Amino acid sequence: MCVLAHVFEAAGLATVALASVLPVAQLMHPPRALYCEFPLGRPLGAPGDAQFQHSVLRRAFAMLEAPSGPVLDTYPEVIAIPETAALSCALPIRHDASVPEAVAEAEALRDAYERTRARRGITSVGRVVDAGAMPALVAVLVQIADGAPWDAAGLPGDPISCAHDLRSYYEEAALSLADAPPDPGAAEAWFYGTTAAGRTLLAARRAMRDQKAPSPLWLYMARATWN
Amino acid sequence: MDNPDDTMRAYAGSLPAPEFAAPAWVMPPPLADATVAIVTTAALHRAHDDGYTGSDTSYRVIERDARDLVLGHWSPNFDRAGFAMDLDVVFPIDRLEELAADGVIGAVAPRHLAFAGNQEDTVTKVRLDSGPHAAALLRDDGVDVVLLTPV
Repeated sequence: MCVLAHVFEAAGLATVALASVLPVAQLMHPPRALYCEFPLGRPLGAPGDAQFQHSVLRRAFAMLEAPSGPVLDTYPEVIAIPETAALSCALPIRHDASVPEAVAEAEALRDAYERTRARRGITSVGRVVDAGAMPALVAVLVQIADGAPWDAAGLPGDPISCAHDLRSYYEEAALSLADAPPDPGAAEAWFYGTTAAGRTLLAARRAMRDQKAPSPLWLYMARATWN
Repeated sequence: MDNPDDTMRAYAGSLPAPEFAAPAWVMPPPLADATVAIVTTAALHRAHDDGYTGSDTSYRVIERDARDLVLGHWSPNFDRAGFAMDLDVVFPIDRLEELAADGVIGAVAPRHLAFAGNQEDTVTKVRLDSGPHAAALLRDDGVDVVLLTPV
């Protein structure tokens, strides 16, 4: 983003960057940057809070009045992932022991996912699989976690995109199941740490690492801080 | 477990950063007269448009009235639920429309852009190819000010 700021400015456009990593802004000195210590993935800070978003934009656009630069400002309020980010979110009860827990769970979350999709009118699921194919994807991840060769187990696409679709499916479903909008970090903590599919994804990722799969392919299947 | 954002910020801050000698500086017109575009590096794209490859340095065009945006980023290392709850927390297009309606900014640009945040160590492609191409598109639309948003 800082590179684009320099390129655009050189082309005659005035730029204001919302910076999410302070040392990068300090090293690359984009013409105007407002460092916002908000959860990564939420550069305007607070979803659903237009007033807060406007206050970020006001502060950012105020830098356009500076006569010279570079200018680096810091938004005064910090929003951090709570240490105990958690989501109160019901999970389906397993009723058929012959079906892997994660597969049954993915199947059972379909209605919740569809409710969110209908409300938003859009979904980030579908890079390689759609919602209907999610249980089959989870079944393949179960096999990989159990030791099947990752590159012959039948993944419907590259592992990173499969993981993207699965996480998006669960997090979008969670928005229709949780009793309140998730705190920063809560939805992913719920997915990776609580759900059977999230645990299966992490187990498949560990198995791929142990099978010496190329490191970007397994590493980018989940947040780097989850193992 | 460590705070995941602290870990990612420390990692991103440890990477080598390209240097820009004698960076350019543009004085825009007064904000109330300026046309403003958003350029995000969140790898957003319209549902019917092509997604991004893992090392994509190209960009997608997002028309002013488009709201059917999906997240095409390859990195799992940021919050996704905020975007799923509210597009504007990543791509504040509705906030820009409100600012234009209130006369705070002059106009909302007809086209906005999304990159995927990828660059090689030399940043050559963004610096010499897709970046200047994107800037020309925005200039053609009369854009004065670009708001850059990351994830």
